[in-house]
Amino acid sequence: MSESEDVIEEVATEVLPLDAWHRAKGARMVEFAGYWMPIQYEGIMAEHLWVRENAGLFDVSHMGQLVLSGDGVADAIEALVPGDIAALKPGRMRYSMLLADDGGILDDLMITNTGRGLYVVVNGAVKWDDIAHLREHLSDSIDINLLDEDGLLALQGPRAVDALVALGIRPEFDDILPVDQLVFMQAGPYKWGDIRLGISRSGYTGEDGFEISVAAEHIVALADALCALDMVKPIGLGARDSLRLEAGLPLYGHDLDEDIDPVEGDLAFAISKRRREEGGFPGAPRILGHMADGAPRKRVGLLVDGKMPVREGAKLFDGNTEIGVVTSGGFAPSVGAPIAMGYVPTGLSAPGTAVAAEVRGKRVACTVTAMPFIPHRYVRKQGA
Amino acid sequence: MPRYYTEEHEWIDVDGDVATVGITDFAQGQLGDIVFVEVPDTGAELSQGGDAAVVESVKAASDVYAPVDGTVTEGNAQLEEDPALVNSDPEGEGWFFRMTLSDKSQLDGLMDAKAYKAFCDAL
Repeated sequence: MSESEDVIEEVATEVLPLDAWHRAKGARMVEFAGYWMPIQYEGIMAEHLWVRENAGLFDVSHMGQLVLSGDGVADAIEALVPGDIAALKPGRMRYSMLLADDGGILDDLMITNTGRGLYVVVNGAVKWDDIAHLREHLSDSIDINLLDEDGLLALQGPRAVDALVALGIRPEFDDILPVDQLVFMQAGPYKWGDIRLGISRSGYTGEDGFEISVAAEHIVALADALCALDMVKPIGLGARDSLRLEAGLPLYGHDLDEDIDPVEGDLAFAISKRRREEGGFPGAPRILGHMADGAPRKRVGLLVDGKMPVREGAKLFDGNTEIGVVTSGGFAPSVGAPIAMGYVPTGLSAPGTAVAAEVRGKRVACTVTAMPFIPHRYVRKQGA
Repeated sequence: MPRYYTEEHEWIDVDGDVATVGITDFAQGQLGDIVFVEVPDTGAELSQGGDAAVVESVKAASDVYAPVDGTVTEGNAQLEEDPALVNSDPEGEGWFFRMTLSDKSQLDGLMDAKAYKAFCDAL
């Protein structure tokens, strides 16, 4: 070796609690967000379609699970996110975004009021940055705990609820609803035998489903028990990406980043009426200005003519004028055609607008379309 | 008819001065579900190691390289309608294109089936 001695030490890719389990199931492992993760087992297409019809088990233990606690924690976090967290009742959760001072999105996240604090799930790739940002901006009276000894599973698909019922999961306390009576964006503490689980009815596939937080020491037993059911198969990151794309859900670091604000990202739904009126979140002048007058650009869905996939990085054109860029795209198994999402000027963001994407020097006709591409099937109300 | 293989996981069947090119079973297995194939136009001049075709899985687009120098005589039109042929029959019906050979000596630098198997086993 003739290289200098002081080369930057490479950070080793980390191993998640289910690593050996994935490999034993035949997963192809790739590096993602600093971890070895399963990209696929039997194949992305089959796994994707399985989730739309049955139930798929995703290991999302790379994501950051945080608990923020202390007096006034909801008010404190509202200084950093634009969502209505103060009004979040115990057992309820909300999608929000961590914002930079200029209103750019540092991360998107899920915030649950556990009754004793806020349980926050953040993206794996930026979790350390998020923690640093939270620590810097929250007062010392707010505790931040990273649940680094807990794994996170997502069980997604129309039969996910049957799978949890079949496992005999029960509420930890009398005032907690049976797991099958939770509605979308509701959460609570549950038990599987003696093992404690934090379960929410949520996910990122557009299907009904659950996310399950479990101690790392029990995650293999839980994954085995779920996959022993005939309706559950393990599903890799590849299908997770194609499912969320069809559901019109943005992926941080691709469809959202620190240059994009919530209005540009088409996420203004996550800013409640009270927060719009009161402001008081980072970048409020820019964001409220964009809400009132329109943002210069907007995240849109694109239907792609023909069969050639249009992928992240493809430039978008209106005639000969470059107008934007594709931020996610690929073949959509449930649509049966290529789809994409990307940014275009707001004036060209109406559904039906014709634009073109450039792929390998060729122009591909695309049509701006409303998202999701596949209707969401969240369980929002329990019957009668 | 001898079949040769490249380190880029293409196969090439040679019949006189004409060759048929595709990707190997190993390659299709690595790529996963194929959703699109872009074959070269008839008449395209290819040079060894240069871009010849594109194969796209659900996840990503990958280049297919020309195993030797030559001129494309035919792209596999069936792949337009049924790109999954590359998964189901990669070394048969799922061929990509046919080409003339301008320098047959280039074949000497390619692997035979036994050498290719050893190459894959070592990956």
